[in-house]
Amino acid sequence: MLRKLLIGTMLSTALSVSYAAPSFAEEVEVLHWWTSGGEAAALDVLKKNLEAQGVTWKDMPVAGGGGEAAMTALRARVTAGNPPTAVQALGFDITDWAQQGVVGDLTEVATKEGWDAVIPAALQKFSKYDGKWIAAPVNVHSTNWVWINKKALDAAGGKAPESWDELVALLDKMKANGITPIGHGGQAWQDATIFDAVVLSEGTDFYKASMIDLDPAALSGPQMVEVFDKMAKLRSYVDDDFSGRDWNLASAMVIEGKAGMQFMGDWAKGEFLKAGQKPGVDFVCIRFPGTQGAVTFNSDQFMMFKVGDANKDAQMKMAAAIEDPAFQSAFNVVKGSAPARTDVSNEAFDDCGKKAIADLADADKNGKLFGSMAHGHANPAAVKNAMYDVITRHFNGELDSAAAAAALAEAVAAAKG
Amino acid sequence: MSAVSQDNAARSGTLARAVIYTVLILFAVYYLLPLYVMLVNSLKPLNEIREGNMMALPREWTIAPWLSAWSTAQIGVSPTGLRPYFLNSVLMVVPAVALSTILGALNGYVLTKWRFRGDNIVFGMMLLACFIPFQIVLIPSARILGLTGLAGTITGLVLIHAIYGLGFTTLFFRNYYEAFPTELVRAAQIDGASFFQIFRRILLPSSGPIIVVTVIWQFTNIWNDFLFGSSFSSFDSIPITVALNNLVNSSTGVKEYNVHFAGAILAALPTLVVYIVSGRYFVRGLMAGAVKG
Amino acid sequence: MAQTQAEIVPVLTQRTSRAPKEALQEWLPKLVLAPSFALILLFVYGFIVFTAALSLTGSKLLPDFSTWVGLGNYVRLFNHPNWITALKNLAIFASLYIIVCSVLGLGLAILLDQKIRGEGFLRPIYLYPMALSFIVTGVAWKWFLDPGIGLEHVMHSWGWESFSFRWIKDGKFAIYTIVIAAVWQSSGFVMAMFLAGLRGVDNEVIKAAQIDGASTMTIYRRIIIPLMRPVFLSAFVVLAHLAIKSYDLVVAMTDGGPGTATWTPALFMQKFTFGRNEMGMGAASAMVMMMMIFSIIVPYLYSELRGGRRS
Repeated sequence: MLRKLLIGTMLSTALSVSYAAPSFAEEVEVLHWWTSGGEAAALDVLKKNLEAQGVTWKDMPVAGGGGEAAMTALRARVTAGNPPTAVQALGFDITDWAQQGVVGDLTEVATKEGWDAVIPAALQKFSKYDGKWIAAPVNVHSTNWVWINKKALDAAGGKAPESWDELVALLDKMKANGITPIGHGGQAWQDATIFDAVVLSEGTDFYKASMIDLDPAALSGPQMVEVFDKMAKLRSYVDDDFSGRDWNLASAMVIEGKAGMQFMGDWAKGEFLKAGQKPGVDFVCIRFPGTQGAVTFNSDQFMMFKVGDANKDAQMKMAAAIEDPAFQSAFNVVKGSAPARTDVSNEAFDDCGKKAIADLADADKNGKLFGSMAHGHANPAAVKNAMYDVITRHFNGELDSAAAAAALAEAVAAAKG
Repeated sequence: MSAVSQDNAARSGTLARAVIYTVLILFAVYYLLPLYVMLVNSLKPLNEIREGNMMALPREWTIAPWLSAWSTAQIGVSPTGLRPYFLNSVLMVVPAVALSTILGALNGYVLTKWRFRGDNIVFGMMLLACFIPFQIVLIPSARILGLTGLAGTITGLVLIHAIYGLGFTTLFFRNYYEAFPTELVRAAQIDGASFFQIFRRILLPSSGPIIVVTVIWQFTNIWNDFLFGSSFSSFDSIPITVALNNLVNSSTGVKEYNVHFAGAILAALPTLVVYIVSGRYFVRGLMAGAVKG
Repeated sequence: MAQTQAEIVPVLTQRTSRAPKEALQEWLPKLVLAPSFALILLFVYGFIVFTAALSLTGSKLLPDFSTWVGLGNYVRLFNHPNWITALKNLAIFASLYIIVCSVLGLGLAILLDQKIRGEGFLRPIYLYPMALSFIVTGVAWKWFLDPGIGLEHVMHSWGWESFSFRWIKDGKFAIYTIVIAAVWQSSGFVMAMFLAGLRGVDNEVIKAAQIDGASTMTIYRRIIIPLMRPVFLSAFVVLAHLAIKSYDLVVAMTDGGPGTATWTPALFMQKFTFGRNEMGMGAASAMVMMMMIFSIIVPYLYSELRGGRRS
């Protein structure tokens, strides 16, 4: 047994031990980390839809670490030879699993329903592998948003900033008004979320060269030093207690008017709505100054695993149900994100949601839709986390800007291995 | 109660007693502080928490978070609260604790009363098993569970938990039985009692305290495990700690801290009950086991 | 409660007759032990060998033995700033944690052993933290230690304006806040172990010392605490085990921050193996961690078991 383990082409043998469910009814087992509150309730819509078609939904929620715990459980499930039918997954994780040869094939349903025409190409990059559809995208979160407290904005002149200089001027005014200009939580991924936006504000070409193509010259060059300088500048507008704060407590600071604004993905909107605030009235949503017209995104997708013939049909039904425009609308209204397909009516969405849908379509059309580095859609996990290390060390004052740019290039090179 | 403490009680003055009580109470406060934070915030509406004064008493008292955590909070797609997951954990914890305790007792018995060449090496190797990081055993364990058809079953979870508890249970029982008079075992053997008869009639009746110690240690660790629970369970065998984590750790949803705190206390109740009920035996039991190192 | 030290005589030396039934009796103990030992051999030592092999590969998402990289992972490991930080933190964390827990556990046990009214009430208070899942108590600690909303804030609102306690926000001190929370979690269990130990001390020894006119302090220092040596060692095993496992605690409180200041080897191992899809690196870090643990535990075990034989 041990010898087998050691020599192990573990997966191929693991899969030959097929997991045969004794029941004849169609069923899907779904591993995901939308485990609490509104987003879990929204997923229930999908479950009900499938049940109406006679497909049983077996729920396997595992939260933690933004999907890390679920991916850990998935490794165990695949190694044991009983992968779930469908698994929530992000960006490069999908590609990584596809390379293991364990994912299913949705091409049949995708062709029938014409996904190619309605799902943005930037998303398809992750939903497809080797020309086959392997995952059904649920949503598009965009991450280069700024959430501003309306009262604080009005007190500081009332004009939403459109450039870096205007942003700095606004932050200065807010500081003078006696509030913390930026509500921020000092966790690596939150630091990286701001970093994403700052890099994007240096131009879409620079974003692509540094974050997606990982060009060493762009990673260590003068423009990257400037990005780090801007990060240091933003750091000066954050309160002293920022370190370790959860993102939603940073949102709470903006909601309560203790802080002026927060740089965060569109899931932050849920906190504002839950606190009874209205977009445009109590808070304002804008794109990070200098990134108008461009969107960095992350997209939750359900990646499908190879299952026995008995459940293939259920898997297809689930994929089709995910791309059902009614579900896309219902789910994303709750989640705060935009639908993954561009032909869904924006009627049910609030002003920020409508703006998100319009921005997404524009960015897609103009080639300015990019995967977010901070959220695992620009480069693989190893590289992303190597970047996190440098960004967060710099943000916490352990490195100066020039040293950070050099360290960034070095860490990326090591992680690319 | 040892003689020295009795004499202390008589000898030390009122001042010294006051100091002792003060120190003990100060430490009780230290231990209770996080519980205080959890309790007061579990009794507040969410908007009071959002205002940022985490240490203040609620202005508006509410038990809604507790009700929500128990029976209506969304956990996965179903709004069931933590309630349905307790049974899964009980079905996992009870056999796993029983199995590892019985094996530990037998191992301790053999290692002290039926010694053989190399017994210390065997014991040493079993003890080192206490120190293996669980992260590295995840993938190979999954492989073996898959090969044996136990993946995704409660049986599989029981097996894994029992195996990785063996080091501790063996340690506890071995140290306890080491102090048990070997003469009694030898006498019974001469009278013709068999291996199992000696264990059942002579050692087991006086093992109450150490059984309680072992049960408490194993119960706490298995009940609170997340890594194995999330990796080796299936949709119908999700343990309570995984459910609690699902309630609490959703990354981009609205965080209802008051519900989280209530849920954490609810999920810990069975363990707390085990502590309180067996607390007296716990202390009396550790004595015989641990003192002998 | 006095205990006579039983003389350990290997019972097996008794075997003289060779009847089949006795032969079975002779093999039975080993047969009983065998399943446990076999399971441990496979599930612990087998998996260690597996991990050792894995650490020599460039495995990413799942084990992949086709990408042999030799000692490359180890070289990269010791050049990785986060691993160096993690090692330093482990040294600080483990030593402080084990020392403080032991001292505190012993101290509280001695105080509780002074015929304290309400001992049955205080004991569970000291013990309960072990029962709570750290996923949530970590949040409570994080808030309590946060200067903006926790202790410092309360002190300021009570009028003590100069009070300052912001270790959790400071990269140089954050690891100590993790020690505080970890001590909170497990020192009660250590206290219980010592309390049990104290109650096992032979009264005759103490009475004799008192007759000789020794003071209470002297009795504790010269007689009782030396008798606790085995308990210190048991506590060490339990605490070392908990120190290795203390991953959820770091994640809940700082998740390695501020910056990368509170990374620990366990966090490193988890993040590289499962978060960063660098299983080879994760395995290498696990191997280094285990070698360090074993290099401390094995000599202790050796001396303990040798000592046991002698007595």
